[in-house]
Amino acid sequence: MIETHSLRKEFGSTIAVSDLSLQVREGEIFGFLGPNGAGKTTSIKMLLALVAPTSGTGHVLGAPLGDRAVRARIGFLPEHFRFHETLTATELLRFHGRLYGLHGLSLDARIDRLLTRVDLADAADRPLRGYSKGMLQRVGLAQALLNEPRLVFLDEPTSGLDPLGRYLVRSIIDDLRADGVTVFLNSHLLGEVEATCDRVAFVKRGRIVEERRLAAPTQWMDVELRVASIDAATLEGLSRFGSDITQPGPGVIAMRTEAEEAIPALVSWLVQSGVQVYAVQPRRASLEDVFLDVMGDDERPG
Amino acid sequence: MRDVMTVAHLTLVEARRRRIVLAGAVCALAFLAVFSIAVVFANREMSADPRTSFVERQGTLTAIMLVGFMAANFLSVIFAILLPVDTLSGEIDSGVMQTLASKPIDRAQIVLGKWAGHLLLALAYLLLLCAGILIVIRAVSGLAPAGAAVALPLLMLEITLSLTVSVAGGARFSTVTNAIVAVGIYGVSFIGGFVEQIGGFAGIASMRTIGVLVSLVSPADSMWRLAAHYMEPEVMRSTGMLALGAAVPTAPMVWWAAGYTALTLLYGVAAFRRRAL
Repeated sequence: MIETHSLRKEFGSTIAVSDLSLQVREGEIFGFLGPNGAGKTTSIKMLLALVAPTSGTGHVLGAPLGDRAVRARIGFLPEHFRFHETLTATELLRFHGRLYGLHGLSLDARIDRLLTRVDLADAADRPLRGYSKGMLQRVGLAQALLNEPRLVFLDEPTSGLDPLGRYLVRSIIDDLRADGVTVFLNSHLLGEVEATCDRVAFVKRGRIVEERRLAAPTQWMDVELRVASIDAATLEGLSRFGSDITQPGPGVIAMRTEAEEAIPALVSWLVQSGVQVYAVQPRRASLEDVFLDVMGDDERPG
Repeated sequence: MRDVMTVAHLTLVEARRRRIVLAGAVCALAFLAVFSIAVVFANREMSADPRTSFVERQGTLTAIMLVGFMAANFLSVIFAILLPVDTLSGEIDSGVMQTLASKPIDRAQIVLGKWAGHLLLALAYLLLLCAGILIVIRAVSGLAPAGAAVALPLLMLEITLSLTVSVAGGARFSTVTNAIVAVGIYGVSFIGGFVEQIGGFAGIASMRTIGVLVSLVSPADSMWRLAAHYMEPEVMRSTGMLALGAAVPTAPMVWWAAGYTALTLLYGVAAFRRRAL
């Protein structure tokens, strides 16, 4: 679907993307994560030929970057969607439909269906100048799906959306997944990505520093135990099941297990050793933990 | 071609909705109203005065007509420059262009569609003003400049050139910079025209040469001077009575203006193709 080799983009002396090599498979919901200014938007723009790479190569849908015909099968929602504000949503979609070579009743039917899907049917004939930020984002989403694309680029699709709007975007992404559409999702909202993506890549200063499959079990899991009493023998015994053992409070032990499967064995050992167990609370490493871990301490808020 | 038409259509819809068409039409009609009043009163007073001969009256009315055309030409050039000045740069800045250029459309078609849509409006504005002047002057005095059929296409070429500079500049510069550059380029041709005319009047060859060289760099105003020359009555043209015809651009300058327009448009397309959006 998407394959790039060492894509690089410099604007004067600024390096926006230093070395982007990635692969996105068909039907995958791919999350592209990174702090502000990591080069996420520039990367999408290179894939869409809005920006020419300084060096490197890439293919999208089997064609080299910039191929015009391929764009008929691609949808794109820019980060801050805007269009001529005197147009109504219906007119905007009709205009873009014509650029895709669509027309007539089939285009009108598709426009009606999409505006209903993004919950804008009642605002369809109002000029965009009266739209809220969230409404603009949703009409932009309709625009990105107008050509029934095989590949959709969404650049921060939920920015400016309220919780209902975010839920709508998530359910549309689920629909796209069901239809086998590949989605390339730029985001720094980790919760969104965690809820929707199959695989994520972490970008730092224009370079992918980590890739991870989200459906796969995480490598480690933190667990918090509440027990009646703690002695040295218990702590010694627990070290067989994991590491980083601490005592954050009286009767509380926090530790990191190698895998989720270690927890039942750990609990059964505690019970057999006569330790009274009140609570066992596993905490899966959230994407946020991974993100902070991957980005390291040298990354400052953007 | 279909995509060029689609973009041109959007451009026209936008211009109508943003009330550009309305503002242009109202201002054009206000100009014509003032012009009509001036011509009617001038004609009435000269006709009532027995000391004014028929030839003098026609001469004065012709001068008023040429001044009217001069103002109409200037207004049309400014209209042609300002109308599309932000059409590329503004949409690049606002991000509108990202949505447009990610569609299966060649960037050249975006430029050409916007150029064609705006050109239609700018030419309509020019022709409204020129037709108004010709109708008023004919209705009041019966004057009909024989050269108008040649002059109007020359003015249309000048407007096309000025508009093309403004569209092409938008692919390269920010909106305000583009306005400064496009008006500046016209200003250069304007002052070059004066230098050439004064040189022609005073018989100073070097000034004429400088004027011609400036016209090569920026040929817009030379089209106006040639058009004005064609609209003068034969008797004035042969005697060089009016300053407007003191140094007349030659036919190759018309070809150069057309070529200049084409090259500028090609430059605009090439610059927009390279532009990071």
